Amino acid sequence: MRENEIITLSHGAGGKIARELINDYIKKFFNCPELNKLEDGAIIKTNSKKAVLTTDSFVIYPIFFSGGDIGKLSICGTVNDLSAMGAKPLYLTCGFILEEGFLLSDFKKILQSMKKTAKEADIKIVAGDTKVVPKSKGDGIYINTTGYGELLDEKMCISAYNVKPGDSVIITGNIGDHEIAILKEREGLKFDAKIKSDCAPLNQLIKELITAKIKIKAMRDPTRGGVAGVLNEIAQSSRVDILIDENSLPVNKVVLSACSIMGFEPLYLANEGKMIIILESEDAQRALKVIRKNKYGRNARIIGKVIKGKGLVKLKTKTGGIRILLQPQGEQLPRIC
Amino acid sequence: MNEKKSFEKLLKILCKESEKLEKTVNLMEVCGTHTMAISRFGIRSRLPKKIKLISGPGCPVCVTPITEVDKTIEISKQKNVIITTFGDMLKVPGTKSSLMNEKAKGRDIRVVYSPSDALLIAKENPDKKVVFIGIGFETTAPLIAYTMKEAKKQKIKNFFVLSFFKVIIPPMEALLNDKDLKLNGFICPGHVSAITGAKIYEPLVEKYKIPCVVIGFEAIDILTGILMLLKQMLLKKPAVEIQYKRVVKYEGNKYAQDVLKEVFTESDSVWRGIGLIPGSGLKLNENYSEFDAEKIFDIDVSFSKEPVGCKCGDVLKGIKIPTECPFFGKKCTPEKPVGACMVSSEGTCAAYYKYEVNK
Amino acid sequence: MCLGVPAKIKKIEGDFAIADFDGITRKISIQLVPDIKVNDFCLVHAGFAIEKISKDYAQEVKGYLKEIFKGNTDE
Repeated sequence: MRENEIITLSHGAGGKIARELINDYIKKFFNCPELNKLEDGAIIKTNSKKAVLTTDSFVIYPIFFSGGDIGKLSICGTVNDLSAMGAKPLYLTCGFILEEGFLLSDFKKILQSMKKTAKEADIKIVAGDTKVVPKSKGDGIYINTTGYGELLDEKMCISAYNVKPGDSVIITGNIGDHEIAILKEREGLKFDAKIKSDCAPLNQLIKELITAKIKIKAMRDPTRGGVAGVLNEIAQSSRVDILIDENSLPVNKVVLSACSIMGFEPLYLANEGKMIIILESEDAQRALKVIRKNKYGRNARIIGKVIKGKGLVKLKTKTGGIRILLQPQGEQLPRIC
Repeated sequence: MNEKKSFEKLLKILCKESEKLEKTVNLMEVCGTHTMAISRFGIRSRLPKKIKLISGPGCPVCVTPITEVDKTIEISKQKNVIITTFGDMLKVPGTKSSLMNEKAKGRDIRVVYSPSDALLIAKENPDKKVVFIGIGFETTAPLIAYTMKEAKKQKIKNFFVLSFFKVIIPPMEALLNDKDLKLNGFICPGHVSAITGAKIYEPLVEKYKIPCVVIGFEAIDILTGILMLLKQMLLKKPAVEIQYKRVVKYEGNKYAQDVLKEVFTESDSVWRGIGLIPGSGLKLNENYSEFDAEKIFDIDVSFSKEPVGCKCGDVLKGIKIPTECPFFGKKCTPEKPVGACMVSSEGTCAAYYKYEVNK
Repeated sequence: MCLGVPAKIKKIEGDFAIADFDGITRKISIQLVPDIKVNDFCLVHAGFAIEKISKDYAQEVKGYLKEIFKGNTDE
């Protein structure tokens, strides 16, 4: 197959052409014994009675952006979901839905990116599927990844239902980078910014925390809906209030600037390489030290604490007032008012 | 500068000065950005009891009557039309639908940051009619005026504007004449005044002896401005003053004022909740009538109906606070808004819901 | 209404300019401030510069406070 060829319906039809796509592209990048057998399923070795399973689908547009692409995102998203449960990510499956006409050279770039990210995350892609939809019935490429992981410490109970008043809230770094990096690539807004997506696998960072026996209560990666979304979910699950200090939020000045222009709030912007960690307050300083040693956690901060309440997230503003951080209500839209 | 320290210090001074007041004073702001800022900084509840802040009709989306919202929705359904709009309008509920709903049904509705982006869309899509929804006050109208001038220059024939612009002085005067309200001072809009100049408030000061201070949008600005209003009231010397000196000049922006005169003409305009206010709107004049979307599209909005029971009108006039509307927080929430005051990012009800309730 | 954000003019191209908003750059119209120059600061609303502002925008706020606090230290 030549690089300038495109995906056709035959590539998804299960015949010779489809097999060629798997052999020449998918196996080439995701090379591993389980996958290479190309059976209907992969037999995997497991080490524990309790495991974590998760799935996520990726439909991002544009597919290539500053700091990453849909492929890298599809690995990081699922790796981070497994990590947020306290699991070591072990295996991934990967399903592609390709649109007729999608460039094979773009497909190759995405596979390369997935290979690189999977290697960094030390995770194997063991099974997959490829379908092709007719032109205009897709958006280039959609990816689904399902992940399997095993709990690093079976004695820990990491859950959004587990949070108590007195616990501390940590964010592992700057918020809002990913969403602003994506927005600048979208046509309507026409701005340029020195910002990259923060897309990154956090499994190593989380492993370091668990190895250090940090008493973690809950973790979530603040993707769509941002930090505000994730904190609202946790507050409601545990029936507590969470109080965040606006002065402590780590935000890149470029992100702040974009927010001023468009009328956005950083706490509602998506992140793809950050984790919210709620933990026993006595371990907060120690946790910060561990996180900051990792390259993806250099700008980690304690941003708030859990207090008694009924499920609200509150923000202490720069001027000392308190306001409610509501659950996100869909996309933020650029406004003039 | 430690913002928090300065804020507290200013508040202290305000509290002390307000003790000299004989009775409670009502200060009204007429700018949605002020409404949001006041709530966001938690100023309302921190002010001394004798100073009451009232939110007026400062949110251009909130004061757009439902017939105009319905017009934009109906136009979006026409063939070969691209609607271009500021994000503020997208979720505003019309009688039957909203632009966001229509977008989900496949209508070509695009959010733009600037009207010049809308003109570019027109240039790139010569076979479509590109309609820009013109909402806003004097800050925004000159921008669309310049965009139309540019369209004329480039001979772009498929760009149209729905001119729903409003101007600020007539409603301020209407509120001063309202028997239900007793206003003692105006927090005048910062960016409208950058365009018009602070001079536009002189007739109000002269006729109604009402203090008018043009105020900026930071917490410090707002407190400083309120202090200036307080001083005028205590000295019984109402005047036009500028707190927001770093942006606003007494004379304003001449180029903006000139282009407004060149493109627009004063018209009567309906303000949601207030009704018709003569001379409070801006329509395209004869020389720019070729851009007037209302002339190109023959739209029937006889089905238009304001939601029954919604108290947006009273809230906009400052007669009721959002919590006094029976729908507030129950039938009407930011997720499922009944009236524009809740869905607009700067609506008074949205500000209260987000910042003032449940503390 | 209305969001207005300070920006620095980096380059002028006729009726338009490239403005820098602390790391974000965007083409804006300068038709409302035709005498603006490169390295000047302006307030931008919806893609248009609406007024020239001083470089010491933030400093000016400090200035107001100094005056107010000076007049109130004895009270």
